[in-house]
Amino acid sequence: MLPFSLERANSIEAAIAVAASGGRFIAGGTTLVDLMRDEVERPARLIDINSLPLEGIRVEGQELVIGALARMSEVAANADVRRHHPLIAESLIEGASPQIRNLASMGGNLLQRARCPYFRMLDAPCNKRTPNSGCSALHGLNAGSAILGTSDYCVATHPSDVAVALVALEATMRVRGPKSERTFPVEQLFRLPNDTPHLEHTILPSELIMDIRVPIGPRGQNARYLKVRDRASYEFALVSAAVALTQENGLLKHVRIAVGGVGTKPWRLQSCEAALIGKKLDRESIEQAAQLSLRGTRPLEHNHYKVDLLPRTIVRALEMAGGLS
Amino acid sequence: MTTGMIGNPVLRVDGRAKVTGAARYAADFNQKNQLYAVIVGATVGLGRVTAIDVASVSRMPGVVAVISHLNAPKLAYGTHKGSIDPAVGERLHVLQDNQVRFFGQPIAVVVAESLDIAERAAAELKVSYSRQQPVIDPKDPKAQQVTPDPRGRVHADRSRGNADAAVASAPVKIDERYDTARENHNPMEPHATIAAWNGNRLTLWSKSQFVVNEQAEIAAIFGIPVQQVQVVCPFIGGAFGTSLRTWPHVTLAAIAARHVGRPVKLVLSRKQMFFTTGHRPRTLQRVALGATSDGKLVSLIQEANGETSRYEQFVEAVTSATNYMVSCPNVSTRYRLSPLDTSTPTYMRGPGEATNMFALECALDELSYKLGIDPIELRRRNEPTVDEETQKPFSSRSLMHCYTEGAERFGWARRDPKPRSMRDGRLLIGYGVASATYPVFYAPANALARLLPSGIVEVEAAASDMGPGTYTSMTQVAAETLGLPMDQVRFRLGYSVYPATPPHGGSMTMASVGSAVRAACIELRRLAEGAAVAAPQSPVFKASVEQLEWKQDRVYRRENAGSGISYREIGNRAGKPIEAQGSSDHDPELPKRYSMHAFGAAFIEVAVDPDVGTIRVRRTVGVYGAGRIINPFLARSQCIGGIVGGIGMALMESTALDPRDGRIVNAHMADYVVPVNLDISNIDVSFVEENDPHVNPLGVKGLGEIAIVGIAPAIANAVYHATGKRIRTLPIRIENMLSH
Amino acid sequence: MAQSSKPAAVPAPASDVVSFIINGEPRELSLDPRQSLLDVLRERLDLTGTKKGCNQGACGACTILVNGKRILACLTLASMYSGARIETIEGLEKDGELHPLQRAFIEHDGLQCGFCTSGQIMSGLGCISEGHASSPQEIQYWMSGNICRCGAYPGIVAAVADAARRT
Ligand SMILES: Cc1cc2nc3c(=O)[nH]c(=O)nc-3n(C[C@H](O)[C@H](O)[C@H](O)COP(=O)(O)OP(=O)(O)OC[C@H]3O[C@@H](n4cnc5c(N)ncnc54)[C@H](O)[C@@H]3O)c2cc1C
Ligand code: FES
Ligand code: FES
Repeated sequence: MLPFSLERANSIEAAIAVAASGGRFIAGGTTLVDLMRDEVERPARLIDINSLPLEGIRVEGQELVIGALARMSEVAANADVRRHHPLIAESLIEGASPQIRNLASMGGNLLQRARCPYFRMLDAPCNKRTPNSGCSALHGLNAGSAILGTSDYCVATHPSDVAVALVALEATMRVRGPKSERTFPVEQLFRLPNDTPHLEHTILPSELIMDIRVPIGPRGQNARYLKVRDRASYEFALVSAAVALTQENGLLKHVRIAVGGVGTKPWRLQSCEAALIGKKLDRESIEQAAQLSLRGTRPLEHNHYKVDLLPRTIVRALEMAGGLS
Repeated sequence: MTTGMIGNPVLRVDGRAKVTGAARYAADFNQKNQLYAVIVGATVGLGRVTAIDVASVSRMPGVVAVISHLNAPKLAYGTHKGSIDPAVGERLHVLQDNQVRFFGQPIAVVVAESLDIAERAAAELKVSYSRQQPVIDPKDPKAQQVTPDPRGRVHADRSRGNADAAVASAPVKIDERYDTARENHNPMEPHATIAAWNGNRLTLWSKSQFVVNEQAEIAAIFGIPVQQVQVVCPFIGGAFGTSLRTWPHVTLAAIAARHVGRPVKLVLSRKQMFFTTGHRPRTLQRVALGATSDGKLVSLIQEANGETSRYEQFVEAVTSATNYMVSCPNVSTRYRLSPLDTSTPTYMRGPGEATNMFALECALDELSYKLGIDPIELRRRNEPTVDEETQKPFSSRSLMHCYTEGAERFGWARRDPKPRSMRDGRLLIGYGVASATYPVFYAPANALARLLPSGIVEVEAAASDMGPGTYTSMTQVAAETLGLPMDQVRFRLGYSVYPATPPHGGSMTMASVGSAVRAACIELRRLAEGAAVAAPQSPVFKASVEQLEWKQDRVYRRENAGSGISYREIGNRAGKPIEAQGSSDHDPELPKRYSMHAFGAAFIEVAVDPDVGTIRVRRTVGVYGAGRIINPFLARSQCIGGIVGGIGMALMESTALDPRDGRIVNAHMADYVVPVNLDISNIDVSFVEENDPHVNPLGVKGLGEIAIVGIAPAIANAVYHATGKRIRTLPIRIENMLSH
Repeated sequence: MAQSSKPAAVPAPASDVVSFIINGEPRELSLDPRQSLLDVLRERLDLTGTKKGCNQGACGACTILVNGKRILACLTLASMYSGARIETIEGLEKDGELHPLQRAFIEHDGLQCGFCTSGQIMSGLGCISEGHASSPQEIQYWMSGNICRCGAYPGIVAAVADAARRT
């Protein structure tokens, strides 16, 4: 780990000001400390934001508001979250481990970095870590790599579970920078790798995530998160799916589908959603719709299985959300 | 033996130390004035170090030394081959030249005032290489195949009858290939050594399953007398074979400590553990079976290829069990090695047998379907009455008994033999079985028993306890032999000053060390008796041996049971410790007369999700015939542990190497997946009664290895039963369940 | 978020003065800000009961309680925890009496080598106080952040269930 200085921010403004002059926010530290230890992350100046008032979880009008510093475990256990958006709770407790969830913040979760093994190896090329050094996974061991949204520069998957749920639920996030504050869909936080995989997010280093806002509505009630992995717990997803739906007169009225483990960012599948609107929720229609998820997939040498697994995961998640099994 | 201690399910005597954090493992022995060492590993898979920029790192504040082949002492590296070292080849000599033989090989060590400084400096050290293309895949056309050297004590080729011809003409046959993955032991405790020199005496607090070997090896490497090295290791945080050998980091810690003249602590990172501390070698196997239509085997061929390094020939018993498991007139086995540009593999729980039996037991299962015969019945029809390879009788063999008992406990009768026929809701259910076996090993061991004036008996042996409960079982053996309650016995292990024992592996600790402890205690009792009859105030003063009788901890004059004398009184009167040595009394002729193995049967129920392919083991029944069980409570735990390891081997574990440069890509605890709590449910372990007077004086066969042996094939067979998919490559993962 | 790919300049390790309450006792020490709570416990305070199994957040051996919650000590920077109440395995035994969960681990043989045990017990305390110990299945789910390579899981589950019933 490289030496750094650490300061505790006492106000939001102060935190942002330090960030604007090159400081780096640290919340739970579960991504940052881990990667600093491997010297993949090399901040010289850390701003401990944990005393900032960004913790609460509350309902504001038709929105569930989750503070950026709320811990994954608190959010998962929160009564409002469980009432309005059990999907969020489910996606959270399927991620990491209880101990990590007690440390990890929601803001940090959205900004967690790739788990591609080569990303951590300073002695291997990685465009995300060291621009223009090459991508080791592209022709290396890539069983865990993405099949959607990849480029020749980077094939790393986005590892977060709850981000998938938030994208499915069309959550927004509020960020504050040195000059202004803005709110935008969580989905827009993430950039595709293209030829700049080191640029992962659309926010600036000086922008502080304030909270995450999830619209409340009937969709939240029929929503499930399915995470598929070889080990039953404490493993990142091979493929995951978050789905939310409503039905009217036996037909699907709203459907939201986002998937994880397959994309370079949490991946919304609007084509699958559209194919299901107005359909009966049965095995046949969901299987047909799920096949549309494969449009544009680009499997590599060792991750062909994800092409097989992706539609299957979507089908199961839809069945679970629709109460079919 | 009197107190009936053996066979009792007593709790661990070291339990309290472990649940309070008081138990000290190697890295916990912090020394005053200690520095921290961090190893720098090669970042090429083959080649030479051409330059090291030592200067810029040496200048960093807090860095005390940077040691590489440029400035390391030329070490004696005297001849030393421990019983766990490959017989052929020579161990890696660290920092003695600029050669890089495998990715991650230690090429330098940085010593600094704190761990953070040492890690930073190690990361900063710039090394240049000339690189060559390593060969790391036995399937690579450039990989050679060699016949293992006979000095390695493992047969390359064995045959009886004419197996090729018999397979060709058999009415029913199977001929398939099975691959098992390279695995890393990944114990929870990382390898660690704290080294401290005092003049030319070296103390190593070091993780080791074989302290006397580590002592001898380090002495040979440094060219100093064995007595000048002490190795201390009272607790081992799991090892499963990875701490049998003395790996390069131990030498590096000692070099560093001598170089800086202060104690040095060196702990491998989790990542480094993948590179230089041995691994279960990947194997490629072929099994061909020929049978009559009523299920009698007429031919059996097994060919296995294992990986090894270029500098040592690691061999294991990958074809041995094939020769004695089943009755068959025509058998041929063949074992070859692929020397690759990796570090040397080593024994890992159930070495040889675990991979051997995966292939053999899957093939037998395949044959059972082809024949339409229940897999247990198939094994029954081919159960031998003697070891047909050697024609020796088995000292005992309870395999069929284990199957009968296991079938009952498991509910095997409920199985519908048709693949894909059993369901639980949406889930496909499969039942599978496989046999387990492991040889009964034994090696000479020594122990010392000491009666203190307080009446406490201390027993010492340079043995280890990596988890099976050596502390407890040896205390039981000593207590029972002496007739003392367990709390009056203190068993100590893990110091190289104690009497020498064999390695803590191969499931032989109980048989070997146990016998020595028993012998030492018998001798102590004799000495105590002598002291008792010699003491004028003693109630047994001047009694002859024939007049004496022991009842628990007191010795009486036979005709006067009222006036005995206890160990405590004897010790007290002696006023100084009474010491007795003991060695395992083993008849070296025994293995010549008997074929000696433990046997067992593993039953598995899996549930496979037909949609997303997840495989979960729902139930395991393991029944073992393993001789006398010293402590059923701990024996059960040990078997559960083996079964959990087997589940990992079957469904998760695989060390993945990048063929471009030989780097291990998943050298990370989150990427090398092993079972977590939620993966494990419902394990039923039991032992059939087995009275084997031949194996050793205690009648024990050992348990550590056998429990893992049958699990992977039983799971693979259950997966086939559930899904109709026959997967012959380990591990079996979701991706194998999807395509058709 | 972009990150600099150039190594930062190498200043001498700074040191922060930090105080904690560890197992009820106030402790103050000056730290290299890079030190994790795990290294502070093990290397500075000789509280070696807490183990370093991976230093990657991926095994649970380093689990301790911070302000009553179970966390991974290896993923922390100790200087961020000034003022925190820290409990480690060494603090559980009171006046020579084992904590009921420690006793249960012995009685159900929830351990073999013992290396993961401190982490399992501290995690088990968290699991119970969170209310996640009402059934064996629930315990398995909520104890899956602690790897036991010896495979003592059934005993661990039984021990946590037993202690949860008793407390
Ligand atoms: C072994 C392991 C397994 C894991 N498994 C999973 C899993 O299965 N599923 C899953 O989803 N996650 C998993 N994780 C990842 C974990 O959830 C994240 O590390 C965690 O959520 C990050 O949150 P944090 O508060 O610790 O972030 P930090 O490490 O503190 O910060 C991460 C990044 O976010 C920035 N940041 C933090 N807060 C803010 C803010 N408010 N505004 C702006 N920037 C901010 C930081 O500057 C930094 O760049 C796992 C992690 C580990 C170590
Ligand atoms: S040491 Fe902290 S999780 Fe492994
Ligand atoms: S007891 Fe050994 S790792 Fe758990």
